[in-house]
Amino acid sequence: MANQLREQYGEIVDGLLRRYPQKKSAILPLMHLAQRVHGYMSQVAMNEVAEILDIDSTHVLSLAGFYTLYYEEPVGKYVLEVCTDLACALRGADEFLEMVLQKLQVGVDEMTEDGLFTVKPVMCLAACDKAPMLQCNLRYYENLNEEKFDALIAQLRAEAEADAADREPTVIERTLSYAAGDPPATK
Amino acid sequence: MAHMLLRHREIENLHLLDIYRRHGGYEGLQKALEMGPQETLNVVKKANVRGRGGAGFPAGIKWGFIPQDAPVKYVVVNADESETGTFKDRELLEGNPHQVIEGALIAAFAVGAELVYCYFRGEFLQVGEHFEQALRDLRQNGLLGENILGSGFNCQVYSSYGAGAYICGEETALLASLQGDLGQPWSKPPFPAQAGLYGKPTVVNNVETLANIPPILVNGAEWYLQMGTEDSPGPKIVCLSGHVKRPGNYEVPMGITYRELIFGEQYGGGMLNDNAFKALLPSGGSGPVVTEEALDAPLSFDGLKPYDSLMGSASMIVMDETTDMVWAAWKMIDFFRHESCGKCTPCREGTYWLERVMNNVYHGRGTEKDIALLESVAKNMQGKCLCALGEFATSPILSTIRHFLDEYKAKVRSRPASADAEMEAAPQAAAVAG
Repeated sequence: MANQLREQYGEIVDGLLRRYPQKKSAILPLMHLAQRVHGYMSQVAMNEVAEILDIDSTHVLSLAGFYTLYYEEPVGKYVLEVCTDLACALRGADEFLEMVLQKLQVGVDEMTEDGLFTVKPVMCLAACDKAPMLQCNLRYYENLNEEKFDALIAQLRAEAEADAADREPTVIERTLSYAAGDPPATK
Repeated sequence: MAHMLLRHREIENLHLLDIYRRHGGYEGLQKALEMGPQETLNVVKKANVRGRGGAGFPAGIKWGFIPQDAPVKYVVVNADESETGTFKDRELLEGNPHQVIEGALIAAFAVGAELVYCYFRGEFLQVGEHFEQALRDLRQNGLLGENILGSGFNCQVYSSYGAGAYICGEETALLASLQGDLGQPWSKPPFPAQAGLYGKPTVVNNVETLANIPPILVNGAEWYLQMGTEDSPGPKIVCLSGHVKRPGNYEVPMGITYRELIFGEQYGGGMLNDNAFKALLPSGGSGPVVTEEALDAPLSFDGLKPYDSLMGSASMIVMDETTDMVWAAWKMIDFFRHESCGKCTPCREGTYWLERVMNNVYHGRGTEKDIALLESVAKNMQGKCLCALGEFATSPILSTIRHFLDEYKAKVRSRPASADAEMEAAPQAAAVAG
């Protein structure tokens, strides 16, 4: 069966493998890419990572369960991770999360009916001086209020409607793409 | 004061290689290459650069633990910054990435390592972009790889990314994660300096610590020792958050008082809405809470010792009179429960039960006995956990009980009568659910 992860990101995959003397070290970045391809950590996504690294897929599964950025169930096209940790909560993050859930008519960890959004309260994202804040698909949105949030949602909906044709690369794609040009770590 | 670390605040586009070089960039590395590894190590030892990740362990001594005769060694940059209230490394990595890379290269040269990894928390994939650009530009300009600056020193630097796990800030958990495994700490010894990444001697340094190194090489240890206090030399980036008027990162000389940081016009600018100050978490979630009496203590690794607390990473979460301290403690223990890696029993079970009991107390379902239970569970965790996470987890609870016992008592007294019935029913419900 075709390995979609390799087909879509072959050069980046090879670059990530070159970065380490032992290829298993590339597993977390590879899982980020696999999740990008398949939308979540599906069995197929895990098998593709395992195949590239020549390891058992149960190891990929154990990491998927341990690290919070891997989603074991399908999620919306946009995952909104709202920090509700103490420092943000002192500046209204809990109330902000309530507003987000109400506006999107969705519960914590649930996906909106149109499949666009999943909202997750998360622990500290290192933006405590810019609360309330969230990350959407790992991009920072800070110093938020109701007005800015509405604008963000409108922008994301428009982007989703315009669809994939001239889609901006995601944070994961942008940052990991540098690996494609990397020299090998070992001679 | 001009910045030594947050230099991008004065110099636009400092993250670009040509701008960084135009402002003295890589002169520290050049100097090290001329001095040789042993002299470089001596300078860093003399400057007494203490670890900015929070532990305060001197970087030079850490480097000195690496056996010189080992054929393969590594340097790892800890960019896992995940402590509640901490956002200094992020600013350095985005604004001044070359200074971090230069510091890491100097470390590699001093210990004889030819490979450096910078491990970013997964939520920093966006932050990593400037760093990746910086590495690409260095490669294109012959500053990474073979024969750096014509010195014969070979070194490659790569970034790597986690995927959401606070525990990976603990150095052995970080190394396990970098090897592609669960991010769980291992029991020390062996220390990373003996057997770290892939079982080889490894230096693990915090981002801010490494950013301190290049200016020391350029200006000398004596220059550095003139800043800060005797036992905590140099500048420190303080992360101010919570109920202050001007939250943000502030680079200050060690020795400044906590009061100045909160109320000084050029720093926090005073309490939000001019409310009264109530409490400070001086070290994110990991240090015990302190009250007004501690505010005249100096910012230094041991400055808060008389108040049973610590500077740690200098992540100051400031709370005003409106803050419910039981709520704050509950938020913090929920953080540690969520982030416990599950490897050792005292931490896994301890954080779970502390959160459950705190949840009951906060929501008015607790009894007087629960306060004693919290103390008992917390004290039973101390000294028994595999790494510091389990120790830290007890701090917010024990310190808020110490300083704000009346608030706990008010919570358990004020619980509604209906809560008694709920409490009665709870064990049976748990038995059914279990």
